[in-house]
Amino acid sequence: MIDTPVLERVLAEALRHGGEFAEVFAEDRSTSSAVLDDGRVEELSSGRERGAGIRVVSGDTTGFAHTADLTESGLLRAAEAASAVARSGGGGAGTVAMGPLRTSDTGASGSGDDRPSRVTLASKGDSLDLLRRADEAARAADGAITQVQAGCGGSRRRVLIANSEGLYARDEQARTRFSVSCVASGDTGLQTGFETAARTLGFELFDEVSVEELAQLASARAVSKLSARPAPSGELPVVLAGGSGGILFHEACGHGLEADHIVKDASVYTGMVGQQVASPLVTLVDDGTVGSEWGTFAVDDEGRPAQRNVLIDRGVLTDYLWDYLRARKEGRVSSGNGRRQTYQHLPMVRMTNTFLLPGTEDADEIVAQTPKGVYVAKLGGGQVNTTTGDFVFGTTEAYLIEGGRITEPLRDANLIGNGPEILKRIDAVATDFAMTPGTCGKDGQSVPVGCGQATMRLSGVTIGGTAE
Amino acid sequence: MTAVTGAAVDAGAPGAGPDDLVALAGRVAGWARSGEDLEVYVARGDETDIRAYSGEIESLTSATSAGVGIRVVVDHRLGFAWAGSLERAVLEETLAEARDNAAYATPDEHVRLAEPDGVAAVPVDLWDDALASVPTTDKVALALELEARARNADPRIRQVDHADYGDGSVEVALVSTTGISSSSRKTSGYISVGAIAGDGEASQTGSGFSVGRGFAGLDPDRAVSDAVTRAVRMLGAAKGPSGRSTVVFDRRVASTLLSVVSSALSGEAVAKGRSFFAGRIGEQVGDPGLTLVDDPTDPRAYGAAAYDAEGLACRRNVLVDRGVLRGFLYDTVSGSRAGVSSTGSAVRGGFAGTPGPGCRALTLAAGPEGYDEDGVLAAVGEGLFVQSMTGVHSGVNPVSGDFSVGAEGLMIREGRLAEPVREITVASTLQRILQALVAVGADVEWLPGIAAGQTLAVGDMQVSGT
Repeated sequence: MIDTPVLERVLAEALRHGGEFAEVFAEDRSTSSAVLDDGRVEELSSGRERGAGIRVVSGDTTGFAHTADLTESGLLRAAEAASAVARSGGGGAGTVAMGPLRTSDTGASGSGDDRPSRVTLASKGDSLDLLRRADEAARAADGAITQVQAGCGGSRRRVLIANSEGLYARDEQARTRFSVSCVASGDTGLQTGFETAARTLGFELFDEVSVEELAQLASARAVSKLSARPAPSGELPVVLAGGSGGILFHEACGHGLEADHIVKDASVYTGMVGQQVASPLVTLVDDGTVGSEWGTFAVDDEGRPAQRNVLIDRGVLTDYLWDYLRARKEGRVSSGNGRRQTYQHLPMVRMTNTFLLPGTEDADEIVAQTPKGVYVAKLGGGQVNTTTGDFVFGTTEAYLIEGGRITEPLRDANLIGNGPEILKRIDAVATDFAMTPGTCGKDGQSVPVGCGQATMRLSGVTIGGTAE
Repeated sequence: MTAVTGAAVDAGAPGAGPDDLVALAGRVAGWARSGEDLEVYVARGDETDIRAYSGEIESLTSATSAGVGIRVVVDHRLGFAWAGSLERAVLEETLAEARDNAAYATPDEHVRLAEPDGVAAVPVDLWDDALASVPTTDKVALALELEARARNADPRIRQVDHADYGDGSVEVALVSTTGISSSSRKTSGYISVGAIAGDGEASQTGSGFSVGRGFAGLDPDRAVSDAVTRAVRMLGAAKGPSGRSTVVFDRRVASTLLSVVSSALSGEAVAKGRSFFAGRIGEQVGDPGLTLVDDPTDPRAYGAAAYDAEGLACRRNVLVDRGVLRGFLYDTVSGSRAGVSSTGSAVRGGFAGTPGPGCRALTLAAGPEGYDEDGVLAAVGEGLFVQSMTGVHSGVNPVSGDFSVGAEGLMIREGRLAEPVREITVASTLQRILQALVAVGADVEWLPGIAAGQTLAVGDMQVSGT
């Protein structure tokens, strides 16, 4: 994307008027998507965006500028702008000697700029075939299905990161996502069902994923809720199916363990390293290296290799998640969690794939040993206030548990809890581990993440249904 | 707010403002082949974002960006492509890609580009000339002042986790081979602050902001006092009790609630059977006190606009009148599907998005009593006041109408705010909420987003707590 001597000159320009750190993040991203809705292929869309973001750190101030112009003169102008804004922010005038860039790729998947991409993106014709198959499968699954929308999207993102500490890293990330959304109608009105598969892969995703199965799951979810009764209101034990509810950990503690919240004392987990913050059944890991999961990458958006970080070990808080800036302040290294949505954004601390390690119990046994409660087969999204620890997460497929058996379906509802309290109420974890993909939004930036857990039980959570 | 009212101005009128963008979009539209229609949307913008923390500037971003989105219609097939650049080679590549995409779409008689419909645009002035000459040092000073004032406003404030200043300007031009040529430009400015109040072990948060068309008129007093009041009054909050209750939604929360209802009023959702309002035109869908209007020609509205995202004039649309469902919002394609004209309601998320119908400036007609927040609280007497709501994307379904959200706020006792409560949920259905409206405040505030804020009281909601 950009030659090394150019990068060196741009970094030198960025620090010409002072500053301790400068970085160039260049990105070339192509996206394509196809949507089948109402029985028709309605929209094929493609996009291309390339550019670079340059930051200059001077004292406690970060100056940032970005440009879509990747020529040397465009980059030099952006470097000058980043340097100027760092100074107008009142940053000190420290200087730093800059050595040559180490030109070895840090990214395991770094590929040469001029070689053809190693990634196979879905061809338009192939995606359409998948969309039609999903539409047919969803409609064939049940006569109550009145609407189907299927979407197939892929992106390829090449990144290059170079900084004034001599770091030089490249990576190429391909992601593919397929989703099916169904509406079922009946006497009780309309209900919806959704299922998605998403991996850090090209079109090979479909070697592993059956679009018919996704469609049938989405369809069954919508249809079962037509006969659902209102969810209960109040506190009950809740069993989360394997792969249904990793979002629980993402919200209950993941965000609260991001160092940007910690250093501002804006997290309930500040100052709690070494303390028991969860049930001893909880070992929580954030790992950007897992296979082709949705939150996987070779290097993060600051050029740091992805790594496995144990956050909670048998209930004891072991560490937080770090990016370059927050780690530097504490005199340590980044944990590989510096991410950004595009070159137009500053990086910040983000999760990758966050999951609870499996336990030893049998999933069916956990349900059998729950006299009364709620069984959650699928969760939607969630949200947390990291300062208070209060968080919500919503069900999209849930049932009552009565006498140790899964009985009637329930309408969608949010569950609410407080992170540190809920983590202590995990009283059973099974072996049937599974991951689910998601999109995490923070401070206006969205990044792909994975969540995972095996079937587990919370001894009590507040369920926000309408039944009295 | 520094909403500009009054005299018609030429900003936003066709041909004024971003002349070079109109010319550029026109040139690209001129590349159309015979038998194909093209719509070219080009946008260009500048932004400054500043975050202050602990007496220092934590980050300062200054950037310009530009991009294009091209729709091609050939034989009733639509293709779209976008790019984050306006270079000639990129524009050519983007058009080629859009053409290629069109070849794969299913032919659909309703697929077409907008054509001029004779409705004249109401000019709205959304441009503050003065913004461009505000020096960065003044913006930095405002961010630092905001942070310092929040930190010192009350001894119980123990942290200010963000104090942000931001501004931007955007110019847009849209030209099509079907006779559309429109352009618009707008500037915006905001400040936002988040305060953390502490009381022993427990912490509570509150946020405040002020928005406008530029730098002048941003109100740090208002932002700080909102953030601090909201954080401090939550100190000592405990989990609230479960039960049926009348719920009063704070203006900000009510604005979010209206935005959610609006997605069920999209003509596209209705046509595709994804709205609980489908097939109910002319029916009583809400309390007789419910009148809901989308009016982007109101210059006070944050989402005010002269033209929609297909270049048609924005107009006032009555959606619900005294509880009776009167209409939906349409763009060209969804209108054609329903056998009606576009209501000038196309919206799009910048050059990388395609247009679809949506609201820009939704308001409820105020109740006859002319209540402000205190008035609504006094009228309700006993209940729950919600100051913030979480999990809207995970717990509110505009297709089924199921509604369940996390909430924090204060109990209402004897018509006044009483003890704070947190970690509770509030549930009902959107259908029931519209029927169970108890009071609509006259305290309209144009908040950032697509719906006005006004205090709202809804009866018979299920609150889950202890």
